[in-house]
Amino acid sequence: MTEVKDSVLLRPNRPVGIVGYGAYVPIYRLPAREVARIWSGRDAELPIKEKAVAGLDEDTASMSIEAARNALARAQIDPKRIRAVWVGSESHPYAVKPTSTIVAEALDIVPLTQAADWEFACKAGTEAMQAAIAFVGSGMATYALSIGMDTAQGRPGDALEYTAAAGGAAILIGPAEESLATIEASVSYVTDTPDFWRRAHVHYPSHGQRFTGEPAYFHHVTHAAQIMLEELGRKPADYRYVVLHQPNVKFPQRAAKLLGFKPEQVQAGLLVGRIGNTYAGSSLVGMTAVLDEARPGDQVLVVSFGSGAGSDAFSLEVTERIEAARGRAPQTLDYIARRVEIDYATYARMRGKLLMK
Amino acid sequence: MSVARTWRTRKQRYALVGERCDYCQNAIFPPRDVCPHCAEPAQKEFALSGRGTVYSYTTVFDPPTGFDAFAPYPVALVKLDEGPMVTAQLTDIMPDQVKIGMPVEMVTRKLNEQGDEGIIVYSYKFRPQLQRQALAA
Ligand SMILES: [Zn+2]
Repeated sequence: MTEVKDSVLLRPNRPVGIVGYGAYVPIYRLPAREVARIWSGRDAELPIKEKAVAGLDEDTASMSIEAARNALARAQIDPKRIRAVWVGSESHPYAVKPTSTIVAEALDIVPLTQAADWEFACKAGTEAMQAAIAFVGSGMATYALSIGMDTAQGRPGDALEYTAAAGGAAILIGPAEESLATIEASVSYVTDTPDFWRRAHVHYPSHGQRFTGEPAYFHHVTHAAQIMLEELGRKPADYRYVVLHQPNVKFPQRAAKLLGFKPEQVQAGLLVGRIGNTYAGSSLVGMTAVLDEARPGDQVLVVSFGSGAGSDAFSLEVTERIEAARGRAPQTLDYIARRVEIDYATYARMRGKLLMK
Repeated sequence: MSVARTWRTRKQRYALVGERCDYCQNAIFPPRDVCPHCAEPAQKEFALSGRGTVYSYTTVFDPPTGFDAFAPYPVALVKLDEGPMVTAQLTDIMPDQVKIGMPVEMVTRKLNEQGDEGIIVYSYKFRPQLQRQALAA
């Protein structure tokens, strides 16, 4: 450990890690070819196979509750010891009234806890996770719960409709000595980049078309990752797994390749082809799939991306505690295997795209 | 359900928090003033596991106001592992797939919305127990 003081890496005073994690993916799947059937009428190249769609009775609050229950089942701690519940999403059920208090109440974490909702497009979840690292790492709290969860909406017929999906993960941060994976460092890299946005009271987001690639996704993801590697003195080969934000299958594959990672390092955490882009949940749910299969001593690099724009990178090391913890809750692939295919009409009903009055 | 009543019942709705009788040890749901088994008062808060089986069921085609968006949906009497019987919606399942004796587990879901401007009510529902199909590495 040299030069911690002025490093661009974010490291807390006391070592912390992930003491519990939990995924959630809804049961319904909309195949991309079904979107193409309605809107393009031809066999265009599809960005994913299918996406997860929230049921009529699901939203970011209900989905966060289930993911958080899974995280607590793995951590096996008294929920009353959690001092923060932070939910990152761009689909909070209320414009005013926190999602986080609903989650905190359902998990019996109330009343002695922080509760807040975070927003930063697709990186709201990792933003909450960084804050949780700081909250625990400063000694202010022993445990803090961070969640990235979304029920993303794309404008009918828009390119994003193929991929905008529902799902996410809950990550419980706690002391390193109780962790399933310790967090060595994180780094944040942000600029003002107008690649994707949604104005107040507008239902669907707008985006800068081709602008979403190079100056937005690739620039921020590769810079955050490269800075992490340089500052820690690591090579891509030092990591067994890399998980990048996944708006489609190609972007994370290409970014990983640009950084010098091999396809086998990307594979376990690359879920977008089967569940779609879960926005604030995307990199975190990928990370849960990696934790489901990682072995003690494995290093994991996680990099989120949020439009607007920025990336958070995390360097993790899996500990021997993973072996006992992973079986205490459903694994991410259990949710992915649970699958009911729906057609576009059912999708339109479930996502409130039918005019009822 | 009024906003006040929704608020008062939130623990039982979100997490199936009932009671355990101090005298006869029976689990009680929903919570009440007097134990239905031995008529003793003052019960201790107790969170039920949420696991149970379908005791009987029906399908609602003509729902009460506020639930029209969800119809048709299955409603079941669920016999909880700890003993109490609860009436609740089943979710993540088509009405024709429900079977008596089916193992189910509690999930917290959106029950209804009180119009576009009202509150969103969350409550327990039951779904088929999640199959653990992923293989540990
Ligand atoms: Zn009694």
